[in-house]
Amino acid sequence: MIGFIGLDVGSVSTNIVFLDDEGRVRESVYLRTNGRPIPAVQKGLKQISRLVPPRTVIRGVGATGSGRHLAGIIAGADVIKNEITSHATASSRLVPGVRTVLEIGGQDSKIIILRDGIVADFAMNTVCAAGTGSFLDQQAARLNVQIEDFGELSLKSSSPVRIAGRCAVFAESDMIHKQQMGHDLPDILAGLCEALVRNYLNNVGKGKDISGPVVFQGGVAANLGMRSAFERALKKEIVIPPNYDVMGAVGAAMLARDYVSRGAPTAFKGFGAAETDFRARSFECDGCPNFCEVVELSESGAVIARWGDRCGKWSNSVPQIACG
Amino acid sequence: MKVTFPHMGNLWICLDAMLKYLGIETVVPPPSSKKTLDLGSKHSPEFACMPLKLNLGNFMEASEMGADTIIMAGGCGPCRFGYYAQVEHVILEDLGYNYRLVVMEPPEKHISQLLSRIRYITGNKPWIEVIRGIKYGYSKARAVDMLEMAAMRKRPLERRPGQTDTALNEALSIIAGAVYGKLDEAYARASEIMEQIPVDRKPVLKIGLVGEIYTLLEPFSNLDLEKKLGRLGVEVDRSIYLSEWVNDHLFMGLVRGVRSSSLYTRLSAPYLRHFVGGHGQETLGAAAYYNNKGYDGIIQILPFTCMPEIVAQSVLPQFSRDTGMPVMTLIVDEQTGESGYMTRLEAFVDLLAEKGARKEELA
Repeated sequence: MIGFIGLDVGSVSTNIVFLDDEGRVRESVYLRTNGRPIPAVQKGLKQISRLVPPRTVIRGVGATGSGRHLAGIIAGADVIKNEITSHATASSRLVPGVRTVLEIGGQDSKIIILRDGIVADFAMNTVCAAGTGSFLDQQAARLNVQIEDFGELSLKSSSPVRIAGRCAVFAESDMIHKQQMGHDLPDILAGLCEALVRNYLNNVGKGKDISGPVVFQGGVAANLGMRSAFERALKKEIVIPPNYDVMGAVGAAMLARDYVSRGAPTAFKGFGAAETDFRARSFECDGCPNFCEVVELSESGAVIARWGDRCGKWSNSVPQIACG
Repeated sequence: MKVTFPHMGNLWICLDAMLKYLGIETVVPPPSSKKTLDLGSKHSPEFACMPLKLNLGNFMEASEMGADTIIMAGGCGPCRFGYYAQVEHVILEDLGYNYRLVVMEPPEKHISQLLSRIRYITGNKPWIEVIRGIKYGYSKARAVDMLEMAAMRKRPLERRPGQTDTALNEALSIIAGAVYGKLDEAYARASEIMEQIPVDRKPVLKIGLVGEIYTLLEPFSNLDLEKKLGRLGVEVDRSIYLSEWVNDHLFMGLVRGVRSSSLYTRLSAPYLRHFVGGHGQETLGAAAYYNNKGYDGIIQILPFTCMPEIVAQSVLPQFSRDTGMPVMTLIVDEQTGESGYMTRLEAFVDLLAEKGARKEELA
């Protein structure tokens, strides 16, 4: 059989999916990036190679996420796409007719407005992390609640407490106050979900026309409390797609499938890329007062890519990798 | 007297020419860089916008090169920029710098007010000479703008990435180096260089850049927005060019035949009928202008905490709903991490390309 691979290398997690010939999601792997994207991609490739059926030919590879260029070079990607296009592609194909995508990950959050299957508008969080998953992570740690149990517990709440959601620091002092007043844990957890939803809608969703069907994806969509808080705030049913936590990777794989269907051969380097010796180093260029931090990636000792310079002195001096 | 001034894109080329013509010694600060920003932010109020921090950094670097007098623009609108010259001067005094300050403010009533401020710098030069100097500086600004416009058209079509920017740098240094009386000749040579950039014919997307003047004009502050969009296959135009701004605000529209911001003010009427400071009203007018011109999309750019542009930003969704024109806002500050920025630009360009492809299918 033939299939496609999608890589989503984010700051928190690295997701890899395998799609079959029809574009269905067959396998997925979820790993922590741990700030080291190269080993994460290699480990992920190794794990997925054990999951794909024997004698599978990989016809295309797509990479997305903030580490997409790095991942694309390591694996040999046919398409290197930004997260927004990838997420929108996946949800518009898996949930036909979708008009709004709410995506909340560990470090960022975005809203994508689709009309007739194409992106009409989008926004990402700008100045603050209060509207992201790390907000819940931090407060959960303070309350000694496992993040996995967070949603379930919060659903037991009968009257969520009001917590200021504008800023994670304000929220924390607000929450401590409510704790000391003797409020119940589920009520506090439900209050936190509502605070996050308020912040998200006022910040990322500001001025956007949120109409249904609404899809909620990204790691935070695992939290049932968040889903119900969104449903209460928007007064709309919220759809959580089956592969909600790997939608970026799914979208990238779909885009790779589209790309090679025009007859292009794949640039995939094979699962052997997991064993190749990739090394990244960085240095500060002292050519001008910008002191750019240049990153240099080498494969088995040979420099294959550089980036991070404003003027192109370093990045243009290695053969360019074509980006689809 | 050694005069310096803040950087804002290629403003230095025209100011330097004007002052040198009048026999005034100038110190052009080193181009704005991370070092400039580090110096500036270290001594600025944290809540000030990025232009203040870069101005301050420019003055500190110019002082090391011997500058002792600052020429700085002012203003009297609701935007706090009007007060920056004085604030920056006080900060510099507190840090022990010994600078004299001359604020060039838009004349409230008559151009003579501007001339008397210029007098302070030019001393006893005859008026005719002063006017010639100003005209000369303005002509350089005009030449610079025309070359930048050529670069914006060429970038998405260039055969090898980077060729346009190499050519633009060469063309600009010819204009910068041109002496009085030789400017026309220099401009002909410079535009020839731009003309020679090898290009491929292909369809391009067109994006209008609107927003706050400093972040529009200074590539360091907007993380090379025009270059990045050009590489993504986008032809850009911006709502503000230096020469147009000078004509509008310093000459009070004296030069005819140049696009003027009064056009934007007129076009902004359905959305914002009142001056809100800075270029807030023009941002909406320019958005309407690009919509009328058949552009594919609009990007608004502003420094974090910019009040006039925040007003415009909150009206833009209404404009976008009425016209169907995609609009994206980019906010810049001290951050230099570019990945989030690139993600937004790429996604916006994808959006416009998809939308265009869909339109063609339906046509």
